[in-house]
Amino acid sequence: MVGKKGGSKGMGAAEDAEEELARTPLQAIILADSFTTKFRPITLERPKVLLPLVNAPMIDYTLAWLESAGVEEVFVFCCAHSKQVIDYLDKSNWFGQPNFSVTTIESHNAISAGDALRLIYEQHVEDFPDMFRIAQDPNSIIAANREGINWDIRFRRNMHDWEVNDLVDLFARLQHCHINLQAADKLKWGHQKGVYTVKEGYQQLCSRNPVIANWPWKLIWRTKLPPKIRGDFILVSGDTVSNMSLSQALKEHKERRRKDSNAVMTMVIKQSKASPVTRQSRLGTEELFMVIDPETKQLLYYEDRGDNLKGYLSLDKALLTDNTSISLQNDKQDCYIDICSPEVLSLFTDNFDYQHLRHDFVKGLLVDDIMGYKIYTHEIHSSYAARIDNYRSYHTISKDIIQRWTYPLVPDVQFFGNSATKLERQGMYRAPEIKQSRSSKIGPFTVIGSGTSIGNNTEISNSVVGEGCSIGSNVTIEGCYIWHNVTIEDGCKLKHSIVCDGVTMKSGAALEPGVVLSFKVVIGRSFLVPAYSKVSLHQQPIRQDSDEELEYADNSSGITESPSVSGTLDLLNEEERTELPDSQEYGVGDGGVGFIWLVSEAGQEEEWRHSVAPIPVDKLVAIMQISNDEADLPNEDGAFLPPSGELGPDSITNDSNEDAEDIRDDSVIFEREVEATFQRAVEEDVTDDHVILEVNSLRLTVNEFPGLMLFVILWLDPKFLSAIENCLCLPSLFYCRLSYNMASADCAGALFYSVMKLALDAPHDSPNELYKNVVSTVRKWKKLLKYYLPSIDEEIEVILKFEEMCLESAREYSPLFVQILHHLYDQDIIQEEAILDWASEKEGAEESDKIFVKQSEKFIQWLKEASEEEDED
Amino acid sequence: MPDIERLVNDFVAKLSKRKVEGSQATSRLTAELLRSVVSLQRLPPTNSAAVLIEAVRGIGVKLAAANPVELAVGNIVRRVLHIIREEDLSLLTSKTSDLDLSAASDDEGTIDQDYDPTQSAAAAAAAAKSFLRPPSLHALLENMSDKAVPSNNYTSSSGGDSEEKSKADKLARTRKLKHDVIEAINILIEDIDTCHELIAEQAVEHIHQNEVILTLGSSRTAFEFLCAAKEKKRSFRVVVAEGAPRYQGHALAKELVSRGLQTIVVTDSAVFAMISRVNMVIVGVHAVMANGGVIAPVGMNMVALAAQKHAVPFVVVAGIHKLCPSYPHNPEVCLNDMRSPAELLEFGRFSNCMEFGMDSGAPLQVVNPGFDYVAPELVSLLITDILDNTVLHLEGITRHICIVSYQTTTQLMILICKGGYINEESILKLLTEFKQYMLISGIFWRAVVD
Repeated sequence: MVGKKGGSKGMGAAEDAEEELARTPLQAIILADSFTTKFRPITLERPKVLLPLVNAPMIDYTLAWLESAGVEEVFVFCCAHSKQVIDYLDKSNWFGQPNFSVTTIESHNAISAGDALRLIYEQHVEDFPDMFRIAQDPNSIIAANREGINWDIRFRRNMHDWEVNDLVDLFARLQHCHINLQAADKLKWGHQKGVYTVKEGYQQLCSRNPVIANWPWKLIWRTKLPPKIRGDFILVSGDTVSNMSLSQALKEHKERRRKDSNAVMTMVIKQSKASPVTRQSRLGTEELFMVIDPETKQLLYYEDRGDNLKGYLSLDKALLTDNTSISLQNDKQDCYIDICSPEVLSLFTDNFDYQHLRHDFVKGLLVDDIMGYKIYTHEIHSSYAARIDNYRSYHTISKDIIQRWTYPLVPDVQFFGNSATKLERQGMYRAPEIKQSRSSKIGPFTVIGSGTSIGNNTEISNSVVGEGCSIGSNVTIEGCYIWHNVTIEDGCKLKHSIVCDGVTMKSGAALEPGVVLSFKVVIGRSFLVPAYSKVSLHQQPIRQDSDEELEYADNSSGITESPSVSGTLDLLNEEERTELPDSQEYGVGDGGVGFIWLVSEAGQEEEWRHSVAPIPVDKLVAIMQISNDEADLPNEDGAFLPPSGELGPDSITNDSNEDAEDIRDDSVIFEREVEATFQRAVEEDVTDDHVILEVNSLRLTVNEFPGLMLFVILWLDPKFLSAIENCLCLPSLFYCRLSYNMASADCAGALFYSVMKLALDAPHDSPNELYKNVVSTVRKWKKLLKYYLPSIDEEIEVILKFEEMCLESAREYSPLFVQILHHLYDQDIIQEEAILDWASEKEGAEESDKIFVKQSEKFIQWLKEASEEEDED
Repeated sequence: MPDIERLVNDFVAKLSKRKVEGSQATSRLTAELLRSVVSLQRLPPTNSAAVLIEAVRGIGVKLAAANPVELAVGNIVRRVLHIIREEDLSLLTSKTSDLDLSAASDDEGTIDQDYDPTQSAAAAAAAAKSFLRPPSLHALLENMSDKAVPSNNYTSSSGGDSEEKSKADKLARTRKLKHDVIEAINILIEDIDTCHELIAEQAVEHIHQNEVILTLGSSRTAFEFLCAAKEKKRSFRVVVAEGAPRYQGHALAKELVSRGLQTIVVTDSAVFAMISRVNMVIVGVHAVMANGGVIAPVGMNMVALAAQKHAVPFVVVAGIHKLCPSYPHNPEVCLNDMRSPAELLEFGRFSNCMEFGMDSGAPLQVVNPGFDYVAPELVSLLITDILDNTVLHLEGITRHICIVSYQTTTQLMILICKGGYINEESILKLLTEFKQYMLISGIFWRAVVD
């Protein structure tokens, strides 16, 4: 029986070996540097990937996940604090795992993900014939490139300067070759049997160059070559937490690759809706807009910077014409897990300006339709994947881990090297050897690390406390992340903060929400650290406005407001002392050590978005207020579409208001919208036809997308609307209202207004230059204006509008009135009948209204004479 | 040695990462791991059994810590420890009988000194006897360290005895010990593999014509049990509760239908409605605790309560490797696996209600325990695999399990006892306390409930 078993085992091993030869091991690249400064000041002292996330370094989560997902080779790209990362990996035994090799790549000059990938490519990818990389089709055969005696080689891109010589050299060599076009292509070594061996290669080198002959050739054999990226690989950053299985995504990716070699990347996405109020996802990132082909899952459009959108999203018309159906999604989250083909590395090398993975690379590929590279998406449903991008996502992901969404990567499972922890009732995790006072209360969703002591009447809730911390009596800790070996003395109050290793908080000190205390900071007695401040032993890198002293003074004055727990006498002393000059060195109270980092004015506004603290209620109210205001009266920067619907009761009240004020407001709103559309057209340099279509569609429908605050510009006639409804997958289109039934006269007026405004906005010094501006602008948009001026009535409307402008909004035009009118007449935009009708209409008007008629009297006179002459003819 | 370490770490990693789950797989892999440990472990010529025991015990502690919920690990490690002691003893006894009787009496003297001198002569004799016979399962489980010490002494003393023996002899003995242990572990592995069949053999005795059987989730043991009854031309219907949130019941129902069984799938919540039509509940479990309670997939307690309410027998089928010597203190937490909430609901759809950042306070909380604890009074019957009389004798184990069931309360009481530890008198005394008993040594434990 034993023999039988052994036999079958041997068979299995042989089969395995065969398989091993056929497939390449699954590889992954971990970028152990986020290339951002979002975790400053902590990241000044320790790399982000080593920061503890629920008491285990982030990179452990990433590595543990990759290992369990079947990845066999991992390259860890270390940049900032690379030594620390390598030391950690050394110590933590990750290097010694069976079937899981971890290799580090160190670099000190990479400043972006793009740089990192370029470096990996250069170090680890065979770049045998340099030219090969830029061949149109790497799999083509020689016969296909040969026409008669000439070579017909096409390249993917133009040569760089430094490549031209190589190319010339190559062609020079090729010219002397005699090629048998009938034989099949094969690799051949020009000596002996035609098979390359290292020994022979070495001999060849020696024979050519005597210097090499003295080369200590033993080194060649002894050098450990790092493994190379050979096949599809997984690209993640070292702060990814996931438990997804890669097999499905990999299978899909490989199948697509087989059909289409241009499918270079598969992005993992996950459903997660951004908050309708703050427009940011629960991970604190901007709302993400993607256009995906629902059939093939191909990514067609990607925009993760809400700021760039300015409230609307414009899609290329080609998206609609090329695809039978597209779906626009704003409820997905990018997991930053990419399955890439080896081409991705060479693409980074070819496009050496690519820096960011998403902003440059993904968008670059999507825009570039020459090469036709395609990116696909893979949506995961039940498994978890997220990346720690900022403090808010640190907070959110910590909570997800505690709530076990990342199972089995949870504190009570020893997935790698983390200390044994037990899960108790209500989601409370406790490591062994905790000294806890009986009177202390530990609330739900709390993790306490080993060797921590907790004093009397201390309350801890929703927090993570690391190892070896000592927490005194009467301390309140709520929603905090306390790392290892932290000392918190009696009576401290901590709320929604991050406290790094080795921090000491003297008795009575308090942290307001959103505070970050970096390594080994000491907070003085009864000192109140103001909300969202960051304290570090390192000075803040120099910034433009260095009114530091002022800022520190502000901080110390903050003490007076602090609700001190300790005796008031202490507090008084404290105040006196802080006024002394020498305690001004550090702004963190008596005996405190650490610098409070300044936040720029604009930054302070946004600080709450990315902090660990929950979004304050007043901020939410303020945002709601703003969006409501927008609903009532659209502001000028183009955000004219209110996010109704999502706000529930508010939208109802809005509607009733609108109904009441419809007549009065509509024309104003409409005018602004036309103006905004036009402005956009100018900015984006679209053709007249499109603007016509668009204004038309505006005239017919104003689409309110509930909660999207997004206006998809439909570069199409309204008659296509039903078709678009089908293909855009936007249920909100059903809510479309026919709100403006404007006559084309209004359109003309509004459009003319916009054109003139554009001319006025252009820089000018004298009326003469202004006139020139007008001439050029009118020339540009003549066709458009003409489209809206089919009859005399509209033309009269335009003149009246112009008159109004000269009187009210654009007085600079008033001296030029006649000149411009004449120009418009010359350009056939306004016919003489219109001007004459306008003049006669004004006959009976008040004197004040007649200013411009009088001004243009001469012109009118001339026109009249001309027409009479014509009549005579 | 590094090989052993690598193997052990590999398995520990698999256990802790929940790559190996389920008591059958875990117990099998544990036994296989221990087999390779035994074969790779370098043993000194003297005291080899003690060294082996120490090594296996160390590994056992590591494995148990890796995933405390997999209680089968503890069972297998203990059984392997038992095998080692047993083989060591059988080697010694064969040798001592070979040598001469005076040596044996000498040995007894040594043991006497080891024990408390105040002990009565009879007790000492019993203790000595217990050495020539293998220790009980109970002693094995409860009193491991105590047993190990005299065993060591014994080995060393015998080592002293055989000083004149050549080293080759010792080496041969060590080799023989290893060989015997590995052989015994092979039998153990075979037992684990065949436990389904052995349990299924008893199916016909329990499932009768035209009965309705209810089961929850999916268990291979229960499946084989049902199929065995079907193969014996019993015609009956099976109601399968789907076993949320893993819905393994669906797979079970599919397989049952493919075997030609009439199968009805119901939701877990419909169990109470169905139970009045059901004649018997047959379920597989994760582990059987020392008090007779069982750790089973979540939802089982509800089924057991429903069965009790309608006086439907709640029958548990479990292989012997699922026995666990510990008591369920705080079973909802300590002996449970809180699994990912993603099994219950998709994360994305609820991501809005799971934000701590918003003003509403605590977010939506999803709890997904993997197991239920069913108290012993709810379990009517436990069916496990046979340890044949012959096997028992061959192994030299005299394990008597008496299942005492109250006629009135259908309470199941398991006593693991053994002649040496609890003598026959005490067993009889115990038995007379209960109104009815069945002592079946052939079938490991069985209680018949009317």
